[in-house]
Amino acid sequence: MTQAVERFTPLPAAAPRFDPKWVMIGVPVALVAWLALVPLVFLVWQSFLTPQTAALAAQYTLENFRTAYLSSDNIRLFANSLQFAVGAAVLSLVIGTGLAWMNERTNTPLKTLFFALAIIPLVIPGILFTVAWIMLGSPKIGLINLALQRLFDTDAVFVNVYTMAGMIWVDGLHYSPMAFLLMTATFRSMDPALEEQAAMSGASVAAVARRITLPLAWPAALGALLILFVRAIESFEVPALLGLPVGIHVYTSSIYQAIHQYPSQIGLAAAYAVTLLLTTSLGIYAQTRLSSQGARFSTITGKGFRPRTIDLGGWRYLTATIFMLYFLVIVLLPFLVLVWSSLQKFYSAPSWAALSRVSLDSYRAVLDHPQFANTVWNSVVLAIGSASTVMLISAVIAWIVVRTRVPGRWMLDNLASLPLVFPGLVLGLAIMVCYLYLDIGVYGTLWIIFIAYVTRFLPYGMRYNSASMLQIHKELEESAAMSGASWSMTFGRVVLPLLKPGLLAGFIYVMIVSIRELSSSILLYSPGTEVVSIMIWELWQNGQYVELSALGVMLILALFLLVVLAQLAGRRFGIAET
Amino acid sequence: MLSVRSLFTEYANEGGGAVKAVQNVSFEVPEGKLFTLLGPSGCGKTTTLRSIAGLEKPTAGEIEADGRLVYSSEKGIFVAPNRRNFGMVFQSYAIWPHMNVFQNAAFPLEVRKLRKKDIRERVMRVLHAVALEDLADRDATKLSGGQQQRLALARALVMEPQLLLLDEPLSNLDAKLRDRMRSELKRLQRDLNLTTVYVTHDQTEALALSHEIAVMNEGRVVQIGTPRQIYEQPSDRFVADFVGSTNFIGGTVTALGDGCCVVSSAMGEIKAHASEGVDKNAKVVVSVRPEDVELSETQPMASDVDTVCKGTIQAKDFLGDYLDFHVKVGDVVLLAKAHPSLRTPTGDSIYVRMKADKCVAISSQ
Repeated sequence: MTQAVERFTPLPAAAPRFDPKWVMIGVPVALVAWLALVPLVFLVWQSFLTPQTAALAAQYTLENFRTAYLSSDNIRLFANSLQFAVGAAVLSLVIGTGLAWMNERTNTPLKTLFFALAIIPLVIPGILFTVAWIMLGSPKIGLINLALQRLFDTDAVFVNVYTMAGMIWVDGLHYSPMAFLLMTATFRSMDPALEEQAAMSGASVAAVARRITLPLAWPAALGALLILFVRAIESFEVPALLGLPVGIHVYTSSIYQAIHQYPSQIGLAAAYAVTLLLTTSLGIYAQTRLSSQGARFSTITGKGFRPRTIDLGGWRYLTATIFMLYFLVIVLLPFLVLVWSSLQKFYSAPSWAALSRVSLDSYRAVLDHPQFANTVWNSVVLAIGSASTVMLISAVIAWIVVRTRVPGRWMLDNLASLPLVFPGLVLGLAIMVCYLYLDIGVYGTLWIIFIAYVTRFLPYGMRYNSASMLQIHKELEESAAMSGASWSMTFGRVVLPLLKPGLLAGFIYVMIVSIRELSSSILLYSPGTEVVSIMIWELWQNGQYVELSALGVMLILALFLLVVLAQLAGRRFGIAET
Repeated sequence: MLSVRSLFTEYANEGGGAVKAVQNVSFEVPEGKLFTLLGPSGCGKTTTLRSIAGLEKPTAGEIEADGRLVYSSEKGIFVAPNRRNFGMVFQSYAIWPHMNVFQNAAFPLEVRKLRKKDIRERVMRVLHAVALEDLADRDATKLSGGQQQRLALARALVMEPQLLLLDEPLSNLDAKLRDRMRSELKRLQRDLNLTTVYVTHDQTEALALSHEIAVMNEGRVVQIGTPRQIYEQPSDRFVADFVGSTNFIGGTVTALGDGCCVVSSAMGEIKAHASEGVDKNAKVVVSVRPEDVELSETQPMASDVDTVCKGTIQAKDFLGDYLDFHVKVGDVVLLAKAHPSLRTPTGDSIYVRMKADKCVAISSQ
């Protein structure tokens, strides 16, 4: 029903009655168009301007792109970015695919426990994971080096995270759970009957793998690689903390540097940002094309498969050991090193002498920090505010896209998903430029960070809401209309309650990612509007490692609690499908 | 009561072209009658029903219920579904999983802002009518298929609708339950004297339930009539084929008079009832139901309106309560339904008798 024009008597004339539905639909649509498009326009415009100084007004120029593309450093920059992103993506994919295969297709012991544990690393903010690995793998203070040096009684440096390989290692490791989840989904949706049929046709195990399994899995694996590549090229924490000190530049860290030098080179940063944006758009475009083409393989059906597992015999203890090692490297070591460092007065390697100096002073210092209360408040307000806004707007938009036949709704869908291509830093820059020029009083307030979060996380809300909207049978709404309920009554009493599980899960997820967010916030905060991740960043810049560790430990525990809550909520509000 | 006049509905398909879902559909449903739209999937029956409900907006035509125009393309009238006061039972039942039985049935009254006490009374009354009053507090998700169907019906009835719309309400039930719910539904409709439009693709349901049936195909109404008319005098080949199974024998009309005709065919001359549009020398098909092909081992008595001939049994299938015989007469193989007591072996010859009023000649041009 795209029209609600109605009259009870066959009299002519009478204007169509005003329906509140159009406000409820129109406002989110306008909002999404504003959020997704306006900053992009300003970003592109800015990339053609010279820096504005007190003496000189900004002028149109191509200089920014000349510097960004034609300077001799540019090839290095491009090569570094590519090497880093491809390296990290491949590393994640290899680790993730291996683990997913072991978890889905073998009889490794403790698999179910592992699946629950594997999601934990996604909770640890990138900056904390990176700092933890500095404490583990730095050439001077890294615990791994110290331990090995003591063991072999040498001064040799065994590992060094301040290298390209180190950056790839840390970033690839941190996002391997994402690859694990993507590949798990692929293995789960693959009908084992396809493989069994090949075996019945006389193919050997190797032939089945080569002729059936791989061709079926490759579109999904390539898609996962593209997603991981886009994510890695957007990564800011690792290049900033590990790359900048030793002069390994990638696009994200170059954007950050261009803004933070004096005079600030916003135009140059924008030129880099446009380049980065083109790269990510290309990646996302290729991934979308691939997944729509992959539909023809249609390995995904609604049927619950009972995947055949391979009996590994004695080898299953090896795979169980690999699981444990992985968990040690990705969760236990980083978390423990943060806990250890948070219990010290100043950072030192574990020893009997250091153990005797254990105290909770750093926690006290963090709690007494003049910024602490305000910062936590900011983070909480932003997390709740942006999560509710995102979920509500995306619920209405998902409804329009999934349910109605409004012309141009596909455009709305794309518009709401557009922020996916924005790296956090680029979005921060675009929004900064936009509200520097559009003086509506949000610059320098919490509102600008709020706008950034809502824009950035809108696609996540869309994903949660469209998924659950698709599961709600259309007739559930139509029967409400037939019962005499108006559109708003139907939306409030039938659609929203049925969306509740998805809404809640999405709400908590957006809260978690808002609290972790650093790369957009870092360009948008001002004194008084710091958030927790910014406070960690500042503590790092000031060299206050033990306070940073204490804050980090508290943050990880809080986020972990949220994840547990999300899982409980999912169970509590889960509606049995009929 | 309900009158649908020259309804047209078109969709834009993926390629931008127009799909003609409903074309020039017209019918009248008198007060208190059950009217069925019968046809294969994609014939436009559900689209027609949804247009009456207001869930689809037709391209052209008029829909009037109880003297009130709810849709008219000419006058620019489109009453929103929530203002039409028609009860509807959906194919999936559309029971809201987040409400219990009582809340589901009370919803139509709540949105009409009735007083709590009245709501309780009326809901319990309607739940009693569908034998669900003991389950009022149960979670709607914990109902069986038959109970869900009755709840959906209760929800449609509680608002005392002008018109009841049923979209394949029995298709999600298993066979035994379907038969029981069918007679239940019929009793309720007759008792409450509800004007009802029923959509189904199941001919047995349609024949058993309806006062009148409209058979639809490719967006058009092919024939409207009582169940008996539809079954015994199908107006064209599609209706004969869709409603029940039938034999088709091609031939040419050699004599015509007073609703009767003689058709010359590959199995000889057949005396048949002539449907509309059948002329002398016209090419026709004769439709005869398998249960109307009477078999006997001895020469049957034949009046001058019967066709009697001799054939050979090619094959037979035992189906429990009856036997299917494939009898070859001339160049035609007839399907005949016979009582299991007929034990003539395959290969033997057998007599065939068909009454003229059971053979319908349908124009095949």
